[in-house]
Amino acid sequence: MPTEAAPPRSDEHRITVLGAGTMGAGITSLALGHGVPVTLVDVDQAALDRARARIDHQKRVAQLMGAVPEGAAPGELSTTTSLDSTADATVVVEAVTEQYDLKSVLLTEVGARTKPGTVLITNTSSIPVDDLAGYLARPGELVGTHFMNPPYLIRTVEVVQGPRTSQHVLDVLDDLLRTLRRESVVVSDAPGFVTSRLLHPMINDAARVVQEGTASAEDVDVLMVGCLGHRTGPLRTADMIGLDNLVDSLWVLHERTGDERCRPCDLLLKKVEAGDHGRKSGRGFFTYERTEQLS
Amino acid sequence: MTTPAQTPQSRGEIEAGLIAFLEGRTRVSWDEDVDLFATGGLSSMFAMELVVHLEQTYGVSIRGGDLKLDNFRTVRTMAGLVRRLKTDKDTDG
Ligand SMILES: NC(=O)c1ccc[n+]([C@@H]2O[C@H](COP(=O)([O-])OP(=O)(O)OC[C@H]3O[C@@H](n4cnc5c(N)ncnc54)[C@H](O)[C@@H]3O)[C@@H](O)[C@H]2O)c1
Repeated sequence: MPTEAAPPRSDEHRITVLGAGTMGAGITSLALGHGVPVTLVDVDQAALDRARARIDHQKRVAQLMGAVPEGAAPGELSTTTSLDSTADATVVVEAVTEQYDLKSVLLTEVGARTKPGTVLITNTSSIPVDDLAGYLARPGELVGTHFMNPPYLIRTVEVVQGPRTSQHVLDVLDDLLRTLRRESVVVSDAPGFVTSRLLHPMINDAARVVQEGTASAEDVDVLMVGCLGHRTGPLRTADMIGLDNLVDSLWVLHERTGDERCRPCDLLLKKVEAGDHGRKSGRGFFTYERTEQLS
Repeated sequence: MTTPAQTPQSRGEIEAGLIAFLEGRTRVSWDEDVDLFATGGLSSMFAMELVVHLEQTYGVSIRGGDLKLDNFRTVRTMAGLVRRLKTDKDTDG
């Protein structure tokens, strides 16, 4: 039986990111900018091609904003549709579509390939970490790390410690987050943890306010920013998250908490059905230029 | 080899072009020295749009140490950057 590998040195991290969508691309940009090499994996070759263009753009945005360490050589990027690289990774980040069945199948497969001691991160917005850990032969290796979009600019991450998450995993994660210059807050396992549990029903309510004709999307956001000090209005935030992902996440929350506020409202469902997925598709509650779609 | 396609533009012309671009995108009026992000209230994400706009309009490439927010704070600093990059490019051959 293989023994657990010694924890990697800070400059020895090799990350495999699963899922080349909004978050997978963003997390990859963050890691590369901090000198950490990444293998980015997706089932869809077209998604990998789009991700390369986004990552090139995001690395420049990060530099423009002073969000990468000066003088650091960027990490190397490779992209693939194969899971082979998970066997050599120090950390695997799962950032695929927010569907329980999909994540559980993928984690079963990945857990059979990684070496003991490899840290498995799920970037799920809402699914309790321990439910996913159950699909691994070594459930202690899974930890939730909820990066926010855009991950290469937002400095704080929500770390979710499942009841079985091991101390070794938390230590390696701590080291990685230090390398990436992120601050973290560790919370316990629950549907939606802290941030999604609070933010997602609020955004759903904001969409419902628009649906009911009380105010336009623009005015809802102007009020939340101008009167209540939100940095980005809830509906611009929704567009940034991706309305398809928001709906998936709301369904998870609704299913697991029974909270009716989490049932996605009709306006959100209609927009998703029409393909208006937010910033990534060019239109959601607002419309976006090409440079914004890449960011 | 030189390409004659781009006639050199004065600082004033670049500034006027940038103000027209900003007004088109934001539907408010701007002048040369307003800090677009601090007092102007534009999101810092908009800065990347300015980078791409400058590169496409003036045929320059903004890289390395030039890629910092301070270079895009005002219409005047952006015009200065474009002039400098165009001069560097012309002298490079
Ligand atoms: N969008 C956000 O703001 C945000 C923030 C925090 C967390 N999250 C979470 O991050 C995860 C990813 O969200 P996203 O917004 O990037 O989604 P997305 O829809 O933009 O991208 C998901 C990608 O996963 C790929 N994929 C699906 N199944 C796969 C598989 N088996 N193997 C490899 N790739 C696969 C898809 O092809 C797609 O490219 C979700 O769990 C989401 O809830 C999202």
